[in-house]
Amino acid sequence: MAEVEIGAVSKAFGKTQAVVDLSLTIGDGEFVALLGPTGAGKTTTLRLVAGLEAPDSGSVRIDGRDVTSDAPADRDVAFVFQQYSLYPHLTVFENMAFALRAPTRRLPEAEIRAKVEQVARLLHIEAKLHSKATQLSGGQMQRVAIGRALVRSPSIYLMDEPLSSLDAKLRGEMRLELKRIQIDLGATILYVTHDQTEAMTMASRIGVMEAGRLMQIGTPREIYENPVNTYVAARLGQPMINLLPAGLFAGAPSSAKTIGARTEHLAITRNGGDVSATVTRVEHLGDQSHLHLNLGGQPVVTLAESETTLDVGDVVSLRLNKPLFFDAAGRRVAA
Amino acid sequence: MAQIRVEALNKSFGEFHAVKGASFTVDDGQFVCLLGPSGCGKTTTLRMIAGLELPTSGTISVDGEDVTMNRASARDIAFVFQLFALYPHMNVRRNIGFPLKCEGIGAAECDRRVVEAARILRISHLLDRSVSTLTGGDRQRVALGRAIVRKPKCFLMDEPLGALDTEMREAMIQELRALHDRLGATTVYVTHDQLEAMAMADLIAVMNNGVVEQIASPRDIYDRPVSLFVADFIGSPAMNFLPFRGSLQAGAQAIRLGDREVAIPTAREALVESDLVLGVRPEHVRFSDSGVVRGEIYGSEYLGTTQIVTVTTSYGALKARSPASMPFQIGVNVGLDFRPDTLSLFDQGSGRAIRTALYEGGEHG
Repeated sequence: MAEVEIGAVSKAFGKTQAVVDLSLTIGDGEFVALLGPTGAGKTTTLRLVAGLEAPDSGSVRIDGRDVTSDAPADRDVAFVFQQYSLYPHLTVFENMAFALRAPTRRLPEAEIRAKVEQVARLLHIEAKLHSKATQLSGGQMQRVAIGRALVRSPSIYLMDEPLSSLDAKLRGEMRLELKRIQIDLGATILYVTHDQTEAMTMASRIGVMEAGRLMQIGTPREIYENPVNTYVAARLGQPMINLLPAGLFAGAPSSAKTIGARTEHLAITRNGGDVSATVTRVEHLGDQSHLHLNLGGQPVVTLAESETTLDVGDVVSLRLNKPLFFDAAGRRVAA
Repeated sequence: MAQIRVEALNKSFGEFHAVKGASFTVDDGQFVCLLGPSGCGKTTTLRMIAGLELPTSGTISVDGEDVTMNRASARDIAFVFQLFALYPHMNVRRNIGFPLKCEGIGAAECDRRVVEAARILRISHLLDRSVSTLTGGDRQRVALGRAIVRKPKCFLMDEPLGALDTEMREAMIQELRALHDRLGATTVYVTHDQLEAMAMADLIAVMNNGVVEQIASPRDIYDRPVSLFVADFIGSPAMNFLPFRGSLQAGAQAIRLGDREVAIPTAREALVESDLVLGVRPEHVRFSDSGVVRGEIYGSEYLGTTQIVTVTTSYGALKARSPASMPFQIGVNVGLDFRPDTLSLFDQGSGRAIRTALYEGGEHG
């Protein structure tokens, strides 16, 4: 494993600026997730590190070595794609051993076997090693695809939404597994996702991207609790942060135009708060309930106890508790 | 708008029995989700309501009229598919107006209804754009627009948000439900995503292997699942299942789990000794030194407001939802307690829920 340094990289496709002056260092053994909507430049960044795209400017260094003009095969990276492309005519074992048997690597067969079996155990597919790839379920196939990368010991694993084709239940299980495996192997991972839950639960640090730019990088807790602007604030948190006009509450700093209020910043009482709001909808999502409120014409969504007795039309009182403040340009301002 | 009634509906494709005796009613103005894993028969059921498939047996009526054998075009319904099949060479206005043009509606009336649909969907500013330049969310809004302009008796939707990324999907969930509240149109919505169903539906019909296992409000489906399948399918993370062997007296208020007593909602039936399963939702697991189950912390997943802590125990890995502020150390031995009034019990063999006091507070039996 190694440190990977992306230095002021830019990349345009025709008139579209896909990545803009992006700098990011992924420490040895670190799990960094790039989070953002479709078109934010996450996958392009990953492909630039892999060498599948060449940057217009800037550099990529792996373990101190400048690899900017190296071919993908010379970079010592392992790529896991969203679509698992397994060899259908080969068994799981042969699929996983494939990269180790490449003429340039040529490992002793016993070593290959030991490595494949070890990774198969990590991924809970050891019983499937001799099945044909086509006999597997989608979740198993994706684990084989991840396994194929894990049998190698590259400088960095590059993963492009590897869990997005799995169903919700399997995705939840794989999140925990992948994180455990990363810790056990001390693996360096750059991981691309548009799923905030994946980023929050697995990453050591999250890089939030918008329109080719890295808006903020930090631990999940830093990004969640201390977003630099409204865009970043809206990326994490369910229900989404409420962005309200500063005038709705007293006490906002003079430069603040917007108040960012997450569930934990809003205390709901039947009365005695600062402002009152009307319940417009109660969404019972099982483990929690989302309370939709109308606060002077502004929609507000917050969590309520799952057993809440509040109902449509009820009037509640709201009090703010250390919310976030943003200026007219959406930048964070001190409270 | 309309009431849809499905009675004893069956559909076989050769040897494969896709839908087995499905019966349910969608009241006028209701939003009902058919929810289940792929292959459970939900899409086939929807396609039969639409008239795109003919049932092997059973009846479908809309507003009391038997439409089982009517052609799709004679049913006055609008279908929204997962893949937004828009005409790439037409702009938004012409895409939305297309169904009206096909019906031979005059240009002035057509234009009025397109503008109205665009206003409802908040895409008025896009009317003269080419559809190929739109984002996924906007394309799906156009597809919805094409359904709305026809003012059909009901909407049938087959995973309309399935192709969108997470963020867009969450925004569209709120939009679709708000749209439903404005239009009040009877809607049957197929999805495999429990979050979509929980967030939008008035009633959820959970399907498994062609059978409707439970139809109830989202809250009842979650709090009072009638089978292991429903309990397992709904909830993220899923309900914890602790297998044990035991018997039960009617009126019992506790079960024996290993050498400990665990309080449960009062049992309403008796059972001879058999393989049972205790079901506990992650948010009903509490950390306690004197807990009835002990285990080791395997990992925790930070979610902002809360975190999911996984604990390995002799009953398998159990998940607990805790405040994000609570610190945890991997490998530490902990005790777990369960909130008694929320626990479910299941018969392992049949998968059915054991009758207890839990099921008496339900909104739909």
